[in-house]
Amino acid sequence: MTERIDAIIIGAGHNGLVCAAYLARAGMNVVCLEAADSAGGMAAPRTLGDDYHFPGLGVSAYPVSAAIRRDLKLDQFGYAPGKAVDTIALDARGNHLTIGARSLSGNDLPESDAKAYPDFKNEYLAFAKSLRPLFDNKPPRLKNMPFSDLSTLAKLGWNVRLGLGREAMYELLRVAAINIYDVLNDTFDDDRLKGAIAADAVMGSAMGPRTPGTVLTWLQRLYGQLSGPLSLHSSEQLINALTQSAESAGASIRLNTRVAKILVDNGKAFGVELENGEMLKARTVISNADPRTTFSTLVGAPALDAMFANRVTQIRGSGVVAKLNIALNGMPEISGISAEQIGNRLLIAPTMKYVEHAFNHSKYGEYSENPVLDISIPSLHNSSLAPDGHHVMSVNVAFVPYALDGGWEEQKTTLAYKIISQLGEYSPNLKSLVVDHEFLTPEDIEKAYGAVQGHWHHGELTIHQSFMMRPLHGAAQYDTPIDRLFLCGAGCHPGGGLTGRPGRLAANRVLELGGGK
Amino acid sequence: MSIDREHFRLALQRTPFHDRISAMSTTEVWTAWNTYKVARVVDKLSAEYFAVRSGCAVMDMTPMEKYRISGKDARAYLDRLVTRDLSKLRPGRVTYVVWCNDEGKVIDDGTLFQLDEDNYRLCSQHHQLDWLLISAAGFDVQIEVETHEIAALAVQGPTSFSVLAAAGIDGLDQLKPFGIIELRCGDIPVTVSRTGYTGDLGYEVWVDPADALQLWDAIFGVQGQYDIQPMGLDALEMVRIEAGFIMPGFDFNCAESTVRNNYDRSPFEVGLGWVVSLDKGHFTGRKALIDEKTRPPGRRLTKIVVDGNKPPGQAFIYNGKGGKLVGEIKCAIWSPILKANLALADIDYINGQLPPKLWARFDYQRELKWRTAWAECHAQSKPFYSPEHRSVTPPARF
Repeated sequence: MTERIDAIIIGAGHNGLVCAAYLARAGMNVVCLEAADSAGGMAAPRTLGDDYHFPGLGVSAYPVSAAIRRDLKLDQFGYAPGKAVDTIALDARGNHLTIGARSLSGNDLPESDAKAYPDFKNEYLAFAKSLRPLFDNKPPRLKNMPFSDLSTLAKLGWNVRLGLGREAMYELLRVAAINIYDVLNDTFDDDRLKGAIAADAVMGSAMGPRTPGTVLTWLQRLYGQLSGPLSLHSSEQLINALTQSAESAGASIRLNTRVAKILVDNGKAFGVELENGEMLKARTVISNADPRTTFSTLVGAPALDAMFANRVTQIRGSGVVAKLNIALNGMPEISGISAEQIGNRLLIAPTMKYVEHAFNHSKYGEYSENPVLDISIPSLHNSSLAPDGHHVMSVNVAFVPYALDGGWEEQKTTLAYKIISQLGEYSPNLKSLVVDHEFLTPEDIEKAYGAVQGHWHHGELTIHQSFMMRPLHGAAQYDTPIDRLFLCGAGCHPGGGLTGRPGRLAANRVLELGGGK
Repeated sequence: MSIDREHFRLALQRTPFHDRISAMSTTEVWTAWNTYKVARVVDKLSAEYFAVRSGCAVMDMTPMEKYRISGKDARAYLDRLVTRDLSKLRPGRVTYVVWCNDEGKVIDDGTLFQLDEDNYRLCSQHHQLDWLLISAAGFDVQIEVETHEIAALAVQGPTSFSVLAAAGIDGLDQLKPFGIIELRCGDIPVTVSRTGYTGDLGYEVWVDPADALQLWDAIFGVQGQYDIQPMGLDALEMVRIEAGFIMPGFDFNCAESTVRNNYDRSPFEVGLGWVVSLDKGHFTGRKALIDEKTRPPGRRLTKIVVDGNKPPGQAFIYNGKGGKLVGEIKCAIWSPILKANLALADIDYINGQLPPKLWARFDYQRELKWRTAWAECHAQSKPFYSPEHRSVTPPARF
């Protein structure tokens, strides 16, 4: 028998690394097992050919929270939030709109919108801020509440009622569960602006702007902005910093190590079995795999209570975003965008109707001929990603169904070319620059990262799968019906995105419930 | 038997024995049981009751829900489904089981027949297909409803062994309680299990619906030799209470159809702790039941004898006459053989203990005039009635 392992973490995605770093810092002997050949999960860099390097699935992101940066000394390990970028809502006629954190600029922008935008952003940032106790704590139980949960609710009530004030509280309660479509129509006239905000609200979710709950998903996204501006930061840098932070505290990360099974005896987890048959025992097992994989595959329904196992199969979360990585042998030009501007995040979502139509197709197992495209050129921010003079373009494509009618095999390349053609309408020289491309449908994302149905967030961020119901009743506080088995991934509260929050809150919970002792 | 396609034209389906029972019915008191029309009383309640206790009663139990569970993982599946340790169950044997939801509350109880290696039949009072299928995820197991494909008669009472022998079913003499045997009745194949819901010597005879009348006629063909009565549900209610058997859905709510918080019951709370094995490995509800075990008992379904000769019917139970309300009677009968009022009562414990004094307060009529009565109750842990001849092998011949 080798050394005693206090905690095994399944999956070295960023939440797994955050959790590992916290636990290692608390003195636990942590082993993080990663199936892939590099750490980072969906945030791990991808390579096309030998020369072109792409960030992971998430390209633009907000900085990780100050608490995580401080606790894990990330800056010391080379982490720095990237340069702030704006979002440019592209217009087919070249009449683009630049959307900053608190300002707008562009031709034909109605004066009323230019005036309303800062107020709107301030209002919604205040809403997001008022929810801080909810996002930064484990979700409170509603029954048999311990003091920590009561305190979360009390702080939330205080923030919402006294922090926001009565009027704003009423407004928050009015919009919290409704759709972004109505809110934006009430506030703005400009289609480009509404389309862009709506696209941000639904990106990564199987929701259109008219789907109830899309104000909440947008608030969750805005919550990131409280830590700093959006940047096309290098996810590689974040992953390296987390890895070093975890390893310097004593955690070990084993790559190319796929977990086949979580070992459970009489309702208690005691280790894992690897794909190669090796068994590793530990006092605590923490899964960064998505909840459906964790419970249905790694634990297996027979070791769970029947209704819980059944509810796991009902978790909603079918991926709708594909990734198109394009290697370019030159600089793409976009009509109406200057060389200074092209390093920003570019968005093709000209109207809310366009976004809604793009979503509609995915509901019926079709891809949209006019998808929402979230485009960035990371090589402009990090020249090491491509050879001199060459560039890499990374595109999130929404909405692309996980299960396409007729299957992906024959239609995948067709869709990739269609998207490149669509991009060509904005960038006339793009097609001539394409050296190679990689297209990951949700099905490919499932294969590459193990997330069921290729969902970014390991489960929809709908209201019925949020907070004390995320990922599902019975496992919403990171501990699960299996003793000593915890969850720490995006499937947990507060959900997906490169935030590290689920990993941090899970680590707190593990320590609260006895840690490695 | 497959379901008659026109069955919806009838409010209730007829069992394969219906023609015979209908012909014998003098009362025409029928009720519904799992979509079938069944007798509550066929002729005289007292005659049916005494047939179980001193002769032989025959009851049509075709409507009993029956599920065939088979496949490689059938045993593992059942082990995860029910609370009882099944390691002693063998082919040709039957065991009594109970199953719970995740919260450790009883969904239903039933009898589990192991027909052969990977082949089981589960009989239950209520429809369970949804729960059985929900529980099947992750197991290589097939679950089929066979309620309508198998007809069944309960043949119960001290002379039931002799009646079946006289009716042409030979070979029951070595069949022990909870045993199953394949035999013939004349030229029809029958499966006989030594099981029942009466607390007396008795058998359940399982037969193809096409052969049902032939079986009935064989049994009632010896009616001249023995006292054989067709029995309805009312007599069954009397004898099952005497035997201390509980009825989910009547004595307590079935968990998955309970709406109100705390209105469902755990196996411990209904006196089924003896079929819960917390150390047999994982089963649904185990964690909740382990947790329940750490707390003092909150309440128990308790067998009580109520003093006096007035039927307690629906009654509240108090801790002493005029004391604190501690419970209520769920079912009660006058037992002719014990000459006592017997009841099952749901009683709240005080500090983990049965309240020291139990008094029932109930209303009854005398010549249509309502009166209130108090009667002292005496809790009992053993079945009210459990005759020795019930488990003797071979049973006495008459």
